[in-house]
Amino acid sequence: MKKKLAFAAALLAASVLSGMANAKTLVYCSEASPANFDPGTTTGGNDFDASSRTVYSRLVEFKHGGTEVEPGLADKWEISDDGLVYTFHLHPGVKFQTTDYFKPTRDLNADDVVFSFDRQFNKANPWNGDKYLPNLTWDYYTGMDMPKYVAKWEKVDDLTVKLTLTEPNAPMLANLGMDFASIVSKEYADQLEKSGKMADFSTKPIGTGPFQFVDYQLDSVIRYAAHPDYFKGKEKIDDLVFAITPDATARTQKVLAGECDIAPYPNPADIATIKANKDVTLMDQAGLNIGYMSYNTTIPPLDKPEVRHALNQAIDRESLIKSLFQDAGATPAENLIPPTMWSWNKDVKTDAYNPEAAKKVLADAGLKEIQLWASDRVRPYNPNFQRAAELIQADWAKVGVKAEIVNYEWTKYRSEGKKKDRPGAFQIGWTGDNGDPDNFFATLFACSAIGVSNYSSWCDKDFEDLIQKAKKTSDQAERTKLYEQAQVIFAKEAPAFLLVHSQVYAVVRNNVSGFKMDPLGIHRFDGVDKAE
Amino acid sequence: MLKYILHRIALLIPTLVGITICAFAFVRLLPGDPILAMAGEHGVAPARYEELKEQFGYNLPIWQQYTRYVGEVVTGDFGVSISSKRPVLEEFKTLFPATLELSFFAMIFAMVLGIPAGIFAAVKRGSWFDQSLMGTALVGYSMPIFWWGLLLIIFFSGYLGWTPVNGRIDLQYFFKPITGFMTIDTLLYGKWDAFRSVLRHLVLPTIVLGTIPLAVIARQTRSAMLEVLGEDYVRTARAKGLSSARVIGVHALRNALIPVVTTIGLQVSTLLAGAILTETIFSWPGIGRWMVESISKRDYVVVQSGLLLIALIVMAVNLIVDVLYAVINPRIRAA
Repeated sequence: MKKKLAFAAALLAASVLSGMANAKTLVYCSEASPANFDPGTTTGGNDFDASSRTVYSRLVEFKHGGTEVEPGLADKWEISDDGLVYTFHLHPGVKFQTTDYFKPTRDLNADDVVFSFDRQFNKANPWNGDKYLPNLTWDYYTGMDMPKYVAKWEKVDDLTVKLTLTEPNAPMLANLGMDFASIVSKEYADQLEKSGKMADFSTKPIGTGPFQFVDYQLDSVIRYAAHPDYFKGKEKIDDLVFAITPDATARTQKVLAGECDIAPYPNPADIATIKANKDVTLMDQAGLNIGYMSYNTTIPPLDKPEVRHALNQAIDRESLIKSLFQDAGATPAENLIPPTMWSWNKDVKTDAYNPEAAKKVLADAGLKEIQLWASDRVRPYNPNFQRAAELIQADWAKVGVKAEIVNYEWTKYRSEGKKKDRPGAFQIGWTGDNGDPDNFFATLFACSAIGVSNYSSWCDKDFEDLIQKAKKTSDQAERTKLYEQAQVIFAKEAPAFLLVHSQVYAVVRNNVSGFKMDPLGIHRFDGVDKAE
Repeated sequence: MLKYILHRIALLIPTLVGITICAFAFVRLLPGDPILAMAGEHGVAPARYEELKEQFGYNLPIWQQYTRYVGEVVTGDFGVSISSKRPVLEEFKTLFPATLELSFFAMIFAMVLGIPAGIFAAVKRGSWFDQSLMGTALVGYSMPIFWWGLLLIIFFSGYLGWTPVNGRIDLQYFFKPITGFMTIDTLLYGKWDAFRSVLRHLVLPTIVLGTIPLAVIARQTRSAMLEVLGEDYVRTARAKGLSSARVIGVHALRNALIPVVTTIGLQVSTLLAGAILTETIFSWPGIGRWMVESISKRDYVVVQSGLLLIALIVMAVNLIVDVLYAVINPRIRAA
């Protein structure tokens, strides 16, 4: 029996090998193993690269390389005048992937869409809880406040779906382009439920996306093949392979050696080597992120805007950025949102370096000591909190303010930092989820975010009115105006010291075409080609 | 002999209890919180946090969490990973062959080079070979694995292009694992090219992981050999006119190897510890890397059960070594 099995396996391997001989294979050296392949249940960028961006599609998609929302599985949609009802019209004839573990008998329809969301909040849905996977938390669905805004999803007919909200929420459309909103197959789910193999849903994915899942060897290699019936047309590459390579230097070496075609997140120390190599290109893109330092605006004398401005003015930001990011470079932040995002206000400038002016204000305010918080974690928007703290400490010492550096481990750091009575200046940052300005302004500085992610405990009525109004307005031009005004108030009130928007990098071999860096930090392989 | 073995096994029980306490406590002493780690940058609202704490059982008093954990482990339930939602034991079984295969080659590498080098150094005591070998061994013993691995990758794979950068096999070879040991699986499939690819991939990680055991074994063999060479029976053997090769190879070596066997057994824990770094650098899909990733995700379940499983293996190996030691050295049994 064993011999027979081995023989059959050898035959299978041989057929796969021969099949691969003429196929065009793209190898991506990914940075970590995916937790699983169900994007509703995971939160990491590497999880999404391996599942939602390869296997699945969504009602709406982000423009490749941008943050604008464009049609996906929904060809078009209407939003009611009161902003409460969204009607989506599905693209007809969309095929789910056919694999050795699932053969779809029908095209995508409204049932799949309703099921994809229902399973994430409806406790009565068998896919919501332990029956599917133990300890499911649906972090992104709850994190994006979907339970608060979604009243119901309804099937109108096979190709029409209606979403009703509890209150107007303009960022909703962008939310539906996010990974957790990937559309799964209800037919496949039903089949697995019947056969008692529900957990397979997270390990053997079926979607409508550009690539279909072939195999995953734990912590090692993920294989995909082009989805032949992809509704936007079959991809140019036949096989896509993720070679999981956690070490950044090893990843870069693999691309240089031709063992990988694309690798993300090189080590800043390797950037000079990459630039010197003629076979590869270092691609970069301003990340959808912000590194900043929140002042607790409720504790005197930090409750006075002039004191916060003076602390900002005392920091030599240019030297600080150079020291932190070195060759990797970063864009000094003028606003909370990065310049690539719509509504960025080009007329707003943050405080310029002026220690002399700062010294006087701080002396008048009687600020002699301050706490300055730092953690151990490397973040895209701040590679070294401790180093940053030491440099800021030195700058503040020059204007007569003695900073005491407070250290905590990352998760403890954040839970201590968000407390309303936390004193001093707290270094933190944010990477956007969906390209909507609301995801920065409201998430980080809304009054309701105090104690959650508003580390400045800042609640300004004018600012709050503007961002809440913008959230409820569906007209983008109108929203842009509101956010531009909000940025003026933010600059005037200075609840935080704005540091940078950092760059994100990828190393790509020169025979690869069509790969675009994505401000959302995801890696997509649709539209990518490779010359032999 | 049976009595001796039973005695050794009985001694393992308190160790085992100690290990469950340590594994359980260490994970909880790590700063950080699995629920906050899971929620990512978004954070989690206080009410939801409490809800999740209850869902995962982290709201219970610590002793209750511990007894629950031990109760599960005793019945063979090592829990389900917080992040991947797969059973820990299943993941362990999938990944362990990779670690075992690498450790096996690293150990062979260390023994094949270390034992002859140690013998030669002892025989030529004080020579330039002896001195340079001992110097090199000291360097090898103090080598930071991470740095050493990257150095070899950059030189041999990057600069010379002789070896693959990392991974276990070239990506063009694709087959379902049978045993999980790539060297064996490729042969079972009759794929010689794939087998060669596996060997090529093993070269650098084997050297990196085998470096410290190599240094230890060489030094240990040398000192054991030196001690034996000074014994009366060796002098007698020489006096009888036996050839030098026979004296060293048969009379001296057999006795010198006794402490070396213990050293080799003890190196198993060094190998498993070294695997953590080696596997991370070489993208080797084994349990070392699995543990590192689980620690950074604060996946309590994987870390505590993984630690326990690794400890069980180390204990089993030590038991085997103790028994082997008793077999080759009867004096131990009596003691």
